[in-house]
Amino acid sequence: MVDKGNGDGKLTAKERLAIERQKMPEQDGIERSKNFEEVNLGLPEEIAIREAQRCLQCKKAACVEGCPVEIDIPGFLKLIAERDFLGAAALIRQDNNLPAVTGRVCPQETQCEIKCVRCKSGAPVAIGWLERFAADYEIAHRKGRPKTTAVKTGKKVACIGSGPAGVTCAGELAKMGHDVTVFEAFHKAGGVLVYGIPEFRMPNRIVEDEMENLKSLGVKIETNVLVGRTVTINQLMEQEGYDSAFIANGAGLPVFMKIPGENFKGVYSANEYLTRTNLMGAFQFPKYDTPIIAGRRVCVIGGGNVAMDAVRTSKRLGAEESIIVYRRAREQMPARVEEVHHAEQEQIRFEMLTAPVEVLGTEDGWVRGMTCIRMELGEPDASGRRRPIPIEGSEFLIECDLVVVAVGTSANPLITQTTPGLKTNKWGYIETDDNLMTSIPGVFAGGDIIRGAATVILAMGDGKKAAQSIDAYLNGRLRYNG
Amino acid sequence: MYEIVDKRTIGPNLTQYQIKAPRIAKARKCGQFVIVRAREHGERIPLTVADTDPETGTITLIVQTVGKSTLEMSQLKKGECFQDVVGPMGQPSHIDKFGTVVVIGGGLGTAVVLPQAIALRESGNKIISIIGARTKELLILQEQLGAVSDELILTTDDGSYGKKGLVTDALQELIDDPKVDVGAVYCAGPVIMMKFVSLLTKKYNIPTVVSLNPIMVDGTGMCGGCRVTVNGQSKFACVDGPEFDGHQVDYDELMDRLTTYRKQEQESLERFEKQHNCKLQR
Ligand SMILES: Cc1cc2nc3c(=O)[nH]c(=O)nc-3n(C[C@H](O)[C@H](O)[C@H](O)COP(=O)(O)OP(=O)(O)OC[C@H]3O[C@@H](n4cnc5c(N)ncnc54)[C@H](O)[C@@H]3O)c2cc1C
Ligand SMILES: Cc1cc2nc3c(=O)[nH]c(=O)nc-3n(C[C@H](O)[C@H](O)[C@H](O)COP(=O)(O)OP(=O)(O)OC[C@H]3O[C@@H](n4cnc5c(N)ncnc54)[C@H](O)[C@@H]3O)c2cc1C
Ligand code: SF4
Ligand code: SF4
Ligand code: FES
Repeated sequence: MVDKGNGDGKLTAKERLAIERQKMPEQDGIERSKNFEEVNLGLPEEIAIREAQRCLQCKKAACVEGCPVEIDIPGFLKLIAERDFLGAAALIRQDNNLPAVTGRVCPQETQCEIKCVRCKSGAPVAIGWLERFAADYEIAHRKGRPKTTAVKTGKKVACIGSGPAGVTCAGELAKMGHDVTVFEAFHKAGGVLVYGIPEFRMPNRIVEDEMENLKSLGVKIETNVLVGRTVTINQLMEQEGYDSAFIANGAGLPVFMKIPGENFKGVYSANEYLTRTNLMGAFQFPKYDTPIIAGRRVCVIGGGNVAMDAVRTSKRLGAEESIIVYRRAREQMPARVEEVHHAEQEQIRFEMLTAPVEVLGTEDGWVRGMTCIRMELGEPDASGRRRPIPIEGSEFLIECDLVVVAVGTSANPLITQTTPGLKTNKWGYIETDDNLMTSIPGVFAGGDIIRGAATVILAMGDGKKAAQSIDAYLNGRLRYNG
Repeated sequence: MYEIVDKRTIGPNLTQYQIKAPRIAKARKCGQFVIVRAREHGERIPLTVADTDPETGTITLIVQTVGKSTLEMSQLKKGECFQDVVGPMGQPSHIDKFGTVVVIGGGLGTAVVLPQAIALRESGNKIISIIGARTKELLILQEQLGAVSDELILTTDDGSYGKKGLVTDALQELIDDPKVDVGAVYCAGPVIMMKFVSLLTKKYNIPTVVSLNPIMVDGTGMCGGCRVTVNGQSKFACVDGPEFDGHQVDYDELMDRLTTYRKQEQESLERFEKQHNCKLQR
């Protein structure tokens, strides 16, 4: 094989092993906790090449097995090392339409990077950072947008929801020549990527750029359509001539704790807190009209990505102290390791093995604190994690003026209630077969609405698989077998 | 973009808009609302759909100017557009045959009960409507509601028009009247009014439907900001409501939650008034 560029092939394994994991340049912890600019600044070219050179180009690349969409990781790392950044981005895009997103938000430490052989001798190759690097480079340097030359099939498909699952499915179907419309309830497309994940972690411009790509492929995006109310799935299929539909409406129902005091002013669901801030721009109030209660001492309940995003947002909105209250131990927090680390740098306080029992209010109805109880870990529960058990008599007070509940979400019943014959499981998530077809012929589903709150990459994987199934269905190669 | 095909002032601080929104015009049922964002930097605000015309694909909204967003909205002209209109949202009204239904609108609530009155009448009910306001100028939609009612009662707190007193006084009289058998009450207006109407009807076990107006963001059940306590349980008014059994609502909590953003609302309004050199008539 002939090497181009700066001679990646010339490095010996030993030389590669000698290179240490590079560092991601980031905004200073204290400084950034006052602004909404992105925390990670992105790798400079030379650092990216150096990091890519750490890859041993394994024959049987374990990292690829760890990636839910099986990106050719050694392949794109090699191209980066050879300075063919656009080539690297194109290679990633064969398996992943949103590399600038996944490179930023995938839990690499439990997916691709944990499998990397270099974990054994130090740190894994920074696959996520490099994926982001290639994608950002492409956004900055690409000429024109993707177009499709596929022959039009004349088949119409509706994708419901513009989160990662919906847009992935839409993009794939458009490339196959189908006529695709994405219906989105909000006034802006992007799903959790625009209303949930904050700007300092996932800049909106990146999502907007991807939506432009989608339109360039011929996908139509109709916002302000709440499927189930504005139009039902039946009506889309029977009156508007859609041949197939893909339901990807996410798992957007906030779960509250059902403890006393949860309706005091100053108690938010994480969904509301983040939506006001991100989608509605409340952090720029009064330039944007939507207000938000910022809070001086803020307690965020939960230990996942959503909790980390909320607690770090509160700091940026000016809180003097921001506290994570989590009922299990530190090691069990489901959040990405990088987010926990960043939260620590931003001086977030962690109250571990602690559960709220009551929200306390002032006479005029505002939050003034929370009674909490300490927990200890008992036997493993169904999730395999040790179950937290309250320690009797350990109640104590945390004073705060804002509480954000980030203990999970469940299935929004709007679509299932308005679509007769659509089967759900006992938690309300839509049931599908192996091809992601639901109990209704021609109607498919994927993403959080079939899995419960999961990840961006799994939602995208579903979108891609559904596109293949829908294509097969439209060509008569796949039949309803419910 | 959603064009304002017609706009007219129908009272002090009260504007009626006809908006081009074909999908909503087709799907909307009585009792449902839309969420409007008038401008790009705007807030999402819920507004009841007063009427629809599926033929022309338009919906009618009746909006009271109370703060920044509604003031900004009122400055848009016919032919201009609202940035976003989404809906219809919420559960359609529960319309049944009760016999005689008393429909009560307080202030702007009259715009909410008007379509209910029409639907209730179409289902064969006798309609007695009560419109209440603080003073004469604030009584709205008398003609429209009068036209669909068998009897129309007007009340003002200060006695400047109609009966002097509160809507509950007029309702009490109807309940006491042996010739009237009140089968149900539909009521929308200030929370305090809905509370006292419900307290009254509870004494007589008269089924009462109220239409709640908590602060909303998405209107899809996603944020939980619109939660209200009904029968001791938390409900999301945008998807479970906005209409609820009046006897089960925790009104005090609702009133309190509605004050959450008072400070910011004030700031927003004053800033806008200064910038645009205009004033909300108070
Ligand atoms: C704050 C937060 C942080 C997260 N951080 C991470 C992370 O770091 N890494 C990671 O991998 N994952 C993360 N996740 C999870 C990840 O975002 C989700 O798993 C993923 O977005 C699911 O994609 P989806 O396409 O299924 O649904 P969503 O992204 O939820 O999109 C669904 C879309 O459908 C729309 N919709 C809903 N109902 C209707 C309807 N009736 N009609 C029309 N449209 C409708 C919604 O408005 C929404 O736009 C995070 C989630 C949150 C909330
Ligand atoms: C289901 C429902 C139907 C409604 N129907 C109508 C209608 O047909 N006509 C009409 O004029 N008004 C209606 N409202 C009330 C209307 O939404 C508010 O008057 C409007 O949001 C005020 O915005 P503002 O910026 O002008 O005033 P602000 O200064 O922001 O607020 C004034 C008051 O309006 C309420 N309010 C503020 N923001 C919101 C919000 N996002 N959601 C709900 N209430 C809010 C609060 O009580 C606040 O104190 C309805 C409300 C609900 C929930
Ligand atoms: S998509 Fe996610 S899991 Fe796959 S290689 Fe990229 S960062 Fe890793
Ligand atoms: S496992 Fe690690 S070293 Fe091997 S190919 Fe993958 S990234 Fe490269
Ligand atoms: S307005 Fe957000 S859940 Fe009702």
